[in-house]
Amino acid sequence: MFRKASEINEKIAWQDMTTGCEIYEPGTSRLTNTGEWRSRTPEWIEEKCKQCLLCVPFCPDSSIPVCDDKREDFDYDHCKGCGICIKVCPFKAIEFKEADT
Amino acid sequence: MSIRERLSGNEAIATAMRQIEPDVFAMFPITPSTEIPQYYAAYVADGRVSTEFVCMESEHSALSACLGAEAAGCRAVTATSSAGLSYMNEVLYVAGSMRLPVVIAVSCRALTGPININHDYSDSMAERDSGFIQLYGENNQEAYDNYLMAHRIAEHPDVRLPLMVCEDGFITSHAIENIELEEDAAVKAFAGTYEPEHYLLNPNEPLAAGPYGISAYYMEARVAQAEAMKRAKKVILDVASDFENTFGRHYGLFEAYRMEDADIAMVIMGSSAGTAKAAVDRLRDKGIKAGLIKVRVFRPFPGEELAEALKNCRAVAVMDKSEGFSSCGGPLFAETASACINLDSRPKMIDIVYGLGGRDFTVKAAESVYERLCGIASGKDIGPVYSHMGQREG
Repeated sequence: MFRKASEINEKIAWQDMTTGCEIYEPGTSRLTNTGEWRSRTPEWIEEKCKQCLLCVPFCPDSSIPVCDDKREDFDYDHCKGCGICIKVCPFKAIEFKEADT
Repeated sequence: MSIRERLSGNEAIATAMRQIEPDVFAMFPITPSTEIPQYYAAYVADGRVSTEFVCMESEHSALSACLGAEAAGCRAVTATSSAGLSYMNEVLYVAGSMRLPVVIAVSCRALTGPININHDYSDSMAERDSGFIQLYGENNQEAYDNYLMAHRIAEHPDVRLPLMVCEDGFITSHAIENIELEEDAAVKAFAGTYEPEHYLLNPNEPLAAGPYGISAYYMEARVAQAEAMKRAKKVILDVASDFENTFGRHYGLFEAYRMEDADIAMVIMGSSAGTAKAAVDRLRDKGIKAGLIKVRVFRPFPGEELAEALKNCRAVAVMDKSEGFSSCGGPLFAETASACINLDSRPKMIDIVYGLGGRDFTVKAAESVYERLCGIASGKDIGPVYSHMGQREG
């Protein structure tokens, strides 16, 4: 029986799948690159950023990592490009990338 | 010691639920729900049970709440009927695929339209492919007994599938009949407690339930679910055997009534079986070898067993109390006929759709079906394979 997300692959037989496809491990969405669904990409302009961190709680996909009370660059493996962070930033420190517009 | 009582089917099922005392009862009130949540709400208000009773904003939400509770590790139940069951449709399939053994008490009624909430199997038959085990009872005693067995079947590790306990709307759900209840402690001991191996509220084993299953996994998940449904047959019989040893009443996948030497037989479900048995007795008194099969377990469908029981008959009428609009027969006929297809010699088979939307089914009507079977058995032309009975004709 394959119980962890890292053990599940497209070669395992139905007999080896868990009941109800349960995965006995937390936080497995980290393993899946859902950022590829994105059609527009936000860009963080670090010099304009005042580190107010308002964008962080508004991000619906937890794609703005914070380290030592400061935001870092986007987690593009999970950002869907919704643009909410752009709307809430008081300092215009986030813009959609030129190439996407 | 059994307790002699007089209860409606709804009261009987609510009593079974009270005795088992599930962790969560999530429901949506209003027609077409049943009185079952109403009775249960009284048990909660009177402090007779410690169940978390949740009033939701729809049947879709009621079943969704049950799934959340089941995934968390609780025993969860709900009750509904007719359009209420239809509104659960999407979530029924989720329960099946997540393999969550939630139990729904269904009072089987028609689906609109024309607007009608009287008895037939339109609602439950529409959900026959949802992945639920379906048990059907003939009367309030069987509704009660099926409920007592339901959780143990659904929660068995070889099964882990959701289950519907189906009673006939109004005919069983509202009619008051004599019944033998079992003592609370005996029911609790029989039903046991739900001890899932994996559950969301276990801090020692973080768990993701109900994941996305792309094409590379969906087929495997469905095969596993289908195999669990096959295994359910044995578990249903094992639980029935333990039930008989404990409480003395016998149950199988179906009831074979006077079938030993039957030349002609009817395959039927629910309360109509009681009516048709009276017709069988009358015909037997006249020396006609008539028999009857009452299907108790529709999912998993007891195909092999049914074929074995019918193989020596010369003519069989399958009675469908729901119209599938296939233009060649109802769902019970389709399943019964396909179960017999590989028999070396098999009976002639007809389908009769009857009793829709609460249309009466009488002993006389059942006798007329057997009369037709007598003709077919003696070599007369089979006539229309698929027909309706009980409607006014111009």
